[in-house]
This record gives sequence, C-alpha cells and structure tokens, in this order.
Amino acid sequence: MRQAEMAPDRLLKEGARQENVLLDVQGLTKHFPVKGSLDAFNRNRPSVKAVSNVSFQLFEGETFGLVGESGCGKSTTGRTLMRLIEPTEGKAIYRGKNIFEQSSKELRKTREEIQMVFQDPYSSLNPRKRIGSILQEPLIIHSIGKRNEHTDRVMDIMQKVGLLPEQYYRFPHEFSGGQRQRIGLARALIANPKLVICDEPVSALDVSIQSQIINLLKRMQGEFNLTYLFVAHDISVVRHISDRIGVMYLGNMVEVAPTDSLIQNPLHPYTKALLSAVPIPNPRIKRERIALKGEIPSPLNPPAGCVFHTRCPFATDRCKQEVPESREMAPGHTVACHLYD
Amino acid sequence: MNPEKLLEVKRLRTHFKTETGRVTAVDDVSFHVNKGEILGIVGESGCGKSVTSQSILRLFDEKYLVKYEGEIIFKNEIDLLKLSKAQMRQARGNEISMIFQDPLSSLNPVLTIGFQIAEAIMLHENTSKEEAMAQAVEMLRLTGIPSPEKRVHDYPHQLSGGMRQRVMIAMSLACKPRLLIADEPTTALDVTIQSQILDLIEDINKRFDMGVIFITHDLGVVAELCDRVVVMYLGQIVEEADIYNLFENPKHPYTKGLIQSIPHMDGDREEELHVIAGTVPSLENVPVGCRFAPRCQFADEQCNSQAPELRGIGDGQKVRCWHAEQIAERKEEVYATS
Amino acid sequence: MQVIQEDNSTFQDDFKQAKKRLKKQQKQLLFRRIMRNRGIVIGGSTMIFLSLFALFGPLIVSYDPYEMIVTDRLKAPGGDYLLGTDNFGRDLLTRMAYGARVSLSVGLSVALLSCLLGMIIGLLASYFRSLDNILMRICDGLMAIPGVLLAIALVAALGPKKENVIIALTIVFIPNVARVVRSAAIVVREETYIEAIRAQGAKTWRIIVLHIAPNTVAPLVVQASFIFADAIITEAALSFLGAGIPAPDPSWGNILHDGKVVIFTAWWMTVFPGILIVLSVLGLNLLGDGIRDYIDPHTTK
Repeated sequence: MRQAEMAPDRLLKEGARQENVLLDVQGLTKHFPVKGSLDAFNRNRPSVKAVSNVSFQLFEGETFGLVGESGCGKSTTGRTLMRLIEPTEGKAIYRGKNIFEQSSKELRKTREEIQMVFQDPYSSLNPRKRIGSILQEPLIIHSIGKRNEHTDRVMDIMQKVGLLPEQYYRFPHEFSGGQRQRIGLARALIANPKLVICDEPVSALDVSIQSQIINLLKRMQGEFNLTYLFVAHDISVVRHISDRIGVMYLGNMVEVAPTDSLIQNPLHPYTKALLSAVPIPNPRIKRERIALKGEIPSPLNPPAGCVFHTRCPFATDRCKQEVPESREMAPGHTVACHLYD
Repeated sequence: MNPEKLLEVKRLRTHFKTETGRVTAVDDVSFHVNKGEILGIVGESGCGKSVTSQSILRLFDEKYLVKYEGEIIFKNEIDLLKLSKAQMRQARGNEISMIFQDPLSSLNPVLTIGFQIAEAIMLHENTSKEEAMAQAVEMLRLTGIPSPEKRVHDYPHQLSGGMRQRVMIAMSLACKPRLLIADEPTTALDVTIQSQILDLIEDINKRFDMGVIFITHDLGVVAELCDRVVVMYLGQIVEEADIYNLFENPKHPYTKGLIQSIPHMDGDREEELHVIAGTVPSLENVPVGCRFAPRCQFADEQCNSQAPELRGIGDGQKVRCWHAEQIAERKEEVYATS
Repeated sequence: MQVIQEDNSTFQDDFKQAKKRLKKQQKQLLFRRIMRNRGIVIGGSTMIFLSLFALFGPLIVSYDPYEMIVTDRLKAPGGDYLLGTDNFGRDLLTRMAYGARVSLSVGLSVALLSCLLGMIIGLLASYFRSLDNILMRICDGLMAIPGVLLAIALVAALGPKKENVIIALTIVFIPNVARVVRSAAIVVREETYIEAIRAQGAKTWRIIVLHIAPNTVAPLVVQASFIFADAIITEAALSFLGAGIPAPDPSWGNILHDGKVVIFTAWWMTVFPGILIVLSVLGLNLLGDGIRDYIDPHTTK
C-alpha cells in the first residue's frame, strides 16, 4: 500500500537526479586551531585536521548518507555547510552561489532553504520556550506569512509530524526523546526548506522509536520534496534511508557510491572493513570480519599519503607517500585508493 | 546432561524509594546463567536491564535508596541477597565482576592503569605489589593491548575508548571471576572497535569457561555473541529463548516488533520500517494487565485487565503473553515487513 | 500512524480547548506554586511589609524628620515617642520611616541598574570572544578592590549625594553581575538549541536577547536580590562612616551613625534600624532563593 504511494515519487527522483545538482561541495577543508593560552602569537600552531579536501554533490530530491566512525569529520562537514562552523577552504555552490562567500544577509536567505535536524533531542530545544513558540520562531525570523497565520502553520506541521494539538503549550521537558525529535523535525520543515541536514537524528533514540522517526523522515521527504544530507554512524540505518552514500575516514572522503553498489560491492579497504564489522541480527550468519589493526590516528597529525595506510592490510610504499585521487570505477561509484589505479 | 547453573535469579524485585513514593524498577524477574554461557539481556532504555545487573552485585545504597526481594543464588549454594556487606564485598570482583558502558568515568583519572589493575588484584589476593603489577601486565597482554609493559604506566586519558574498555576488561578479569556482567560495554564505541571488543569477550568466555551476562539494546550484537537471550520490557522479562528461537521464532509481540523495526542490511529500502506504536510508559504509572498491551496490536480485553505470567512454551522458551500461540501462527503476516 | 488525526477541524477544536484549559490551569498553578514556595511567601511578605512602611510610614507618623526638639533628646521608647528620639530630639520612628524610603530606593536602584548594565556586559562578553578578555579583565580589576573602599573612593570623587551613592554602588556591583551572567550565558551558548536557532538564520541580537538572555535570568534574579540586600548594607556602611547620604537626610545607616556615639545610653538608636536592615537583607535573600526555585522550568509539572 505504502509502496504504491511511494513509487511515483521514486520515478520522479530517478529522472530528476541526472540534471539537478542542488548543492555542489568542492574541496571542503576545515582545520581547527588548537587553543593554548599564548598560542595566539604562534603562527604555526598545531591544528586538528577535521575535514580535508572533501568534494561531493547533492542531487535534488535524493538522500545522501554520510557515514564514518567518530572523529571522521562527518558532523563537521554538515555543520560547515550551514556555516555554523566557518570552513578553512573550499566551496559549496548552492543555486549558483557559494555559501561560504555569502554576506550575512544572503546567508539568512540560504538558511531558510537549508535546515538542520540535530542529534541530541534533549539539548536542541530551548527548555524555556513552549513548543508553539519554538516552532513559530523560524516563521518570525524569515518573516513568512502574517503573524495571525503562524498558529495555523504550526498546527499544520505539528499534525504532519504526529504531534497533538494540546501539546502546543507544553515545554520540551514534558516530551520523550522520540517526540522531541518530531518537534526538531517540525522546526526544520516549517519554513519549507529544500535541503535538510540531518546530523545523527536517530542515534540517541531507542530501537522502536528509531524506526518511527526514520519512517517519518522518509514520508516527509516525499511530501515536501526534500533533499537530505543524512549524517550517521549506524550503517544499516544509513543504508535504509539513503540513495547514495559517502564514506569518510579521518577527514577524507574515501568512497562515494549509490547505496546498493556500495553495500554489495565496496571497493575501498576501509569501507570493506567497516561493512564487515556491522553486527547482523541473524545468528545463523557468521560473517568473516576484516579486522583492522590498530586505532584511528590522531587528526592533529594525520599520516602522510593515504590517511588509511597505517591500518590498511594492502598498504604499499606508494600509499605512504602519495595522496590517492578519487576515480570513478562504475557509474557514480568513486573511490580514493591506489589499489584501483 | 544438564549444564551447571552458575547464577539463578528467582523472582527478583528491586524497589526504589523516590520523592513521590516507591518505584519498582525490576518486577518479578527470574532467569539463570549457566557455566560458560553468554546470556544476553535485551531491552530499550528504562526496561530495567541495567538495574537487574546492578542488583545482582547489590550496587545500590540499601539503606536509603533501594529494597530487594527474591533470591539470587550463586553457584547453587549462596543467596547473594542474604550475604553480609563484607561478604558481598569479597564476592564483587572476586567471584562476579562488572564492566560498564563508559570506560572513562569508570577509571580513576589520576592513577595509572597498572596501579588500578594491581589494586583490584591486591584487594582480593594476598600478593605483593610487584607480583600484582606483573599480573596486571599479564592481564593487559591477555586483553590484546600492545606493549603492555609500557602501557601499565599510562593514565586513562592517554588511551583511546577501545583501549580503555580493554583495560576495564583486564581489571574485571584480574581475579578470575566466575561471572562477568557487561553493561552495554560497546555502546560508546565505533563499530570496528566494537567488533574487536566482542571478539575479546567471546574469547575470554571460551578460555576461562566463564559465565557472561551481556546487557545491550543492539539486537545485532546479541545475534553475534549470545547463546541465550532474555528480553525485558518495563521492568519485566517478556521472553526468554535461545538465540536461534529468538530470531526465527519469537513468541512475544514486543520481541517480534523489536526484531522487525531494525533496518536490515539486506532489507527492502523502499518498504517502511515496522513500527511499535507509542512510547514506553513511565514506571510510575505502569499499565494494569499486560504491560505491553497499550502498544500491542493484538491486545484484547484480557490483556488490558489481567497481567500474564512468564510461562514455558516448549523448547526452553518462555513468554509473558496470553496469546503467544495464536500470535506465533500469524508469523507470515507479521514478518511481511521485515 | 494513528496519532495523526485526519480531520483538521477536530484538530483546531482540540487546540482551542487546550489553550483555554492551559490558561485556567496556569492561573491556579501560579497561585498554588507561589503559596507552596516558603521563600517567596516569607521573603515576599517581609519585603511587602518594608515597602509599605517606606511608602505609607511617612504619611502616618506625626513628626517632622528634621525637626529637632532639644528638650526631648534621647527619650526612651514609649510615651509620646513610640521608638524614642535621637540625640537631636528627632522622633526615631519618623526618621526610620523616611530612612526606609532612602535605603530601599538606593538598594532597588542599585540592584536594577547594576543588573541591567551587568547583564549587557556579561552577554556581550559571552557572545563576542574578542570583547571577553577586555571586559572581564576590567571586571577583575574592579573586583580586586574591596567593595566598601571602592564605594568610598567613588563617592569622595563624585561628592556625597544620594544619586552619587547609587552610581558608586552600581559600579561596585556590576562586575559581580557581569560574571554571573557571563558564566551562565557561556553554558547556554554551547547548547544545541542555540546552534539550531543560528542554523535557522536568526540575527545575532535575536539570539542574544531572546534565547540566551532568558536562560540567564534565574541566576540573575538570585544575584539581584543579593545585590539589593548588599547595597542596603553597603549604603548603611557608607552613611555610618559619613561617606554616604549627607547628614540631615535620614537613612538607616545615618541613624546608626548618629547612634554610635550614644550607644550605651540610647540602645534603641542602634537596635531598631539594625533590625530593619537585618529584616530587609533576610527577606531579600529568602525571596531570591524562592524565585530561583520558582523560575526553573524543570520544576513545572
């Protein structure tokens, strides 16, 4: 039943995908300087290389999943695109304009169209504001509609995300985690955005609530024709929701591919190891794990050459010196690894 | 041949005193762990899985906070709930030890890890400091920490999350306990590190023939590691089954719901995920009748008024549901979405 | 999802009902919660009593605060003079009533002014990291000097006048407020909901005024009540030392100042104003604690 409803959307998506690039990220780099009391005078102070030269594209109407382990820079990438963090280098072209060069006035307009859903449903809602005024805020900020229409719009979006009208006057602390995440999603959707950056939206939720929110995200995508950048560490969740997936390791994008292509035919040794480590909820399947040696190196001092070479079972001398270029191995499937040269 | 029971929990109730009255976080929980077996306790937050494990070690303040009922029989002879404080202290770490979710806050930041492991050894065994340190190095080597002779002098903050969890495991193994309780030990870790830790736990379970209670919310982890599973919901056990029956033949609607709501790596991405409607009620207003009834798609009159007991249903499987047999027959229908 | 209601009209009705119910509930709750809060009740009634005394006391008393009746010097309490007279033959109760106006108005003005200015400084320092160092070092400098000394120096420079006492005390207390507000604001600034509202595209002033500032109110109110109390004491100390409200004008501190030379013969000149100072300080502290408990949204149920 649900499938029948979704099918036309999907077809539309497949067609639209070819032409419409909504956001084009080119060479995004973010280095956080390490703070010390007198370091302000030190020109060569050390920095955490959170994101290095990351490029990818978001097509209109798709969900692009960004996976990787903690510290791989996936959240930083999402936040930089909202300019919550100022990038060190790179471009993000949204509708012909570089977000990173926009004045604060232009940026405000962009932020109306790019919204964000946060991981922690507890700290992402102001504890002193009632749900109604939390949801109204975006309308006021972007002067959307008349004041007296605001309540109607808020009611409308509350209904859509599955909240009850009497909850309009409640405070956030009266809600459970799942309901808060619904409120967070409603806040992101009320200004009618084009792109929603979801930063680990379900990882703080219980399993049974998680599936409610994932379904809701998908349903809202169909209804509002949204594009999602879905940042998460849980690969099975990302696989379920994404059309394409990018895998990050230590600030670098190591592989980008359509979901099925990536899951069935991972190319990068890191992607292979990552996928093999995902526990499968089926006791009959004992998958052969690819054990990675050692631990993730410090982003303060990432390895030269390919960042993965310290843990890669196939590393050669070349990997230690030369940074691998990203190359397309199959349609839409790119990988940055010397094995495929 | 019946396997030897290492620990048997009988009708355990844990009551907490709160400002608003008494809250029963664990209500009528009975299960056992065999020697050399890995038992999983699964459930969502607030289901009482952690409280159960902490009750076994009697970690709560019994004077002001908590009251226990029931029996916890260890090695078929001792009732842990009847032990004196001093005897209980001896049992902790020595016979039963525990590892927690957050290894950083479970380690003292101002002491070296070697000292902390050695201390755990010296608390229970009459050894000199040098011997204890040497044993600490052995323990670290056992848990797969590279160059343990150097690492013993490190402080907790110098180690990564995975390494700290290994240190915690080393510390809990220091006195060769018979039972290891692991409370979400891999939840804070990345998947690649998680799989290393799971391998380690499986390895020490085999090597020392040690019983393990593994508490988690992640069904994938359960499937990889556990022999037998207990599923908890709102302070009660709703189902107990061996690992194969649990995944292939779940009897309780909650278990079924849980298994179906996780996205599978080979599932159909176009399908909506199965959903358990509603949210977990708070422990302060537990539903009358079956506790799962308000969220259950099969609930009827009886479920809403009478509380079912945990009952055997064959093949070592137990379930707390009035209609388990009928629901089991509707297998194909329920499974359609998984 | 069954929680989504299909019919929009029932949805609207539900909403209106919820609104009505909420307003009614809020009124009841407000009253009940205030009455349950012992700090607000006791501290509040003390302060209401003192304010009434300051407002209407001077209208009721039958003497002139400045009129000296030399023959009635140092009369003990009782008789024509309810609380006795001072060493110039002025009615003590009258002077205390007029003095209440001065002392309370100085305290209140100082509390309001220093909170307003301190809040602005604290918020600026917390949000703009470049300003933080400069502003906070100035505050450190001011705080290094003992409060009373700084006030004396400032009043000496500005001249002994009520307005100048207020200015001096405001300057003394601003750093305390700024620090409290800054540390509360820094905690709030790091919360995800501030990031969320930035991501919405809100302007900086909107974030500071509407989202950060209200979250600093709870500690600020507590601080304000302490400053109110502190300002009353400091004003009394200044006047006691002769560096506060100039001589013939009554303030509680002035009365104490006059009383100190005759403390062994006229105990009432020290005890009665002293009681008022103690009462006001105690009342304000209780009130501050009460309000803090009340404001915290987590205690709303």
